[in-house]
Amino acid sequence: MKTYDEINKKIEAKKAVVMTAHEIMDYVDKKGLDAAAKEVDVVTTATFGPMCSSGCFLNFGQSTPKIRISEAWIDDVLVYSGVAAVDMYLGATQLRHNDPANMYFPGEFRFGGGHVIEKLVAGEDLQLFALSYGTQEYPNREVRTVFNINDLNQAIMVNPRNCYQNYNVAINCSDKKIYTYLGQLKKNMKNLTYCSAGQLSPLLNDPFYKTIGVGTKVWLAGAQGHVYSEGTQHCSDGERSENGVPTGGAGTLALTGNMKDMHPEFVRGASFRGYGVSLSLGVGIPIPILNTEILKHTCVRDRDILAPVIDYSVDYPQKTGKIICQLNYEQLKSGEVTIGEKSVSVSSLSSYNKALKIANILKDEISSGDFLLAEPHQMLPMNQGMKSLEIREPK
Amino acid sequence: MKSKKVLIILPKTEIEKPIVNDLIKYYDLTIKIIRAKITPEEEGYILINIIGAADDIERGITFLNTLNIQMQDAERGLQWHEDHCVHCGNCLSHCPTGSLSFIDRVTMQFNFNKETCIECLNCIQNCPHGAFSSIFEQK
Repeated sequence: MKTYDEINKKIEAKKAVVMTAHEIMDYVDKKGLDAAAKEVDVVTTATFGPMCSSGCFLNFGQSTPKIRISEAWIDDVLVYSGVAAVDMYLGATQLRHNDPANMYFPGEFRFGGGHVIEKLVAGEDLQLFALSYGTQEYPNREVRTVFNINDLNQAIMVNPRNCYQNYNVAINCSDKKIYTYLGQLKKNMKNLTYCSAGQLSPLLNDPFYKTIGVGTKVWLAGAQGHVYSEGTQHCSDGERSENGVPTGGAGTLALTGNMKDMHPEFVRGASFRGYGVSLSLGVGIPIPILNTEILKHTCVRDRDILAPVIDYSVDYPQKTGKIICQLNYEQLKSGEVTIGEKSVSVSSLSSYNKALKIANILKDEISSGDFLLAEPHQMLPMNQGMKSLEIREPK
Repeated sequence: MKSKKVLIILPKTEIEKPIVNDLIKYYDLTIKIIRAKITPEEEGYILINIIGAADDIERGITFLNTLNIQMQDAERGLQWHEDHCVHCGNCLSHCPTGSLSFIDRVTMQFNFNKETCIECLNCIQNCPHGAFSSIFEQK
């Protein structure tokens, strides 16, 4: 019905009709699917939450004399330097050197890779400490200096797994409080935590990956980035509801973008007591309304998206596969749910408020002609499963 | 009946004085102790909610001012740093008084009501982004 080219021409002419995934549902109810599909060009989706599989490549430029860095730390956080002389990869979950971790349980994990990434994007000064064994053309063996993002040649965020299509709801059925990456879970199912933007979340609005694929342009914390691959653990063959929406983890995206264009509001270090550090990140993805089917999927409502409630005291760590029940995001977002006869208080680690803000920013950028869409050049795999790690003895 | 939340920081010289007793006995006030830490022969603090008639509260505060103490508005206890808050809501189910809430369940915008906060500090432990701090935090 519409093509990417046609939509982009309308965007360039500032005539594109753009709505957020939050607005489109009521609009389609009012206008009807066919009429709305003709009228609306783009629906913006978004999510903001902790995304552990994030990190960045940094290039420092050369010191005089030159150095071939073999080990390095930024603000005492180890960066991987087995890439090239002054190329490094900083991972979001890397702990600070000498962090006691969970030695005195539960550890606080106040600072780590995610916080370094936050400071970089905020333009703050950081300390680089780098060592080398020295070579004839790279004789320098040690560098200690202060730098900020403007001093770097490149600071490119490269995240192997973002935007989980759906996610577990964590609960604790044991009689002891537990600390997880989904927060503190009180004993005897007193609270639970979910982590998804639900009806605003990108892959829940495009459940069969009809428009989001390799090459899709995304809004990554304010920068115009793109999907460079299926995400790690992309697992599209799981159970789906009648509307096509997966009822568990499912698809993921690998994203990249220039950190020099990012906004610090949407790149935030995160500390989880008893677990570790991570990075909370804001992502927006535009969905071109090429036909009525694509529009129909963007009208998914919180009440139509189910998430599995899993016991993180036993069933998650032991991979039993047991699901206590399924809850929809309308129930979860109400703040209190009933499981069996028990009333359970709800926490969230995903910020719907920030996601909504991102969906609106992206809508404004597209409406004002500043953000063009890109057609994916490779679709994400459907019917793909996920392997487990088998522990084998050497032959 | 009115109420006023104050934080009293006691230097070594005032630690032994029965301040709470005096407020109750001589000024006809009800005192709710929210949080206190008093170490003999060292400094201490006490965060109280003073409840009573407006003029009794005023007389009580005048009395407190005669002591060698530092008195601060209770807001100096738990602080919500809006700039750090991402409005995720992870703290909500850890707050025993409902002082942490969403303004509505459509935009999911977070709100902190300092009037009802009892300074339990659960939120500090449960905020991944460091949006809360308190002088009572044990570091």
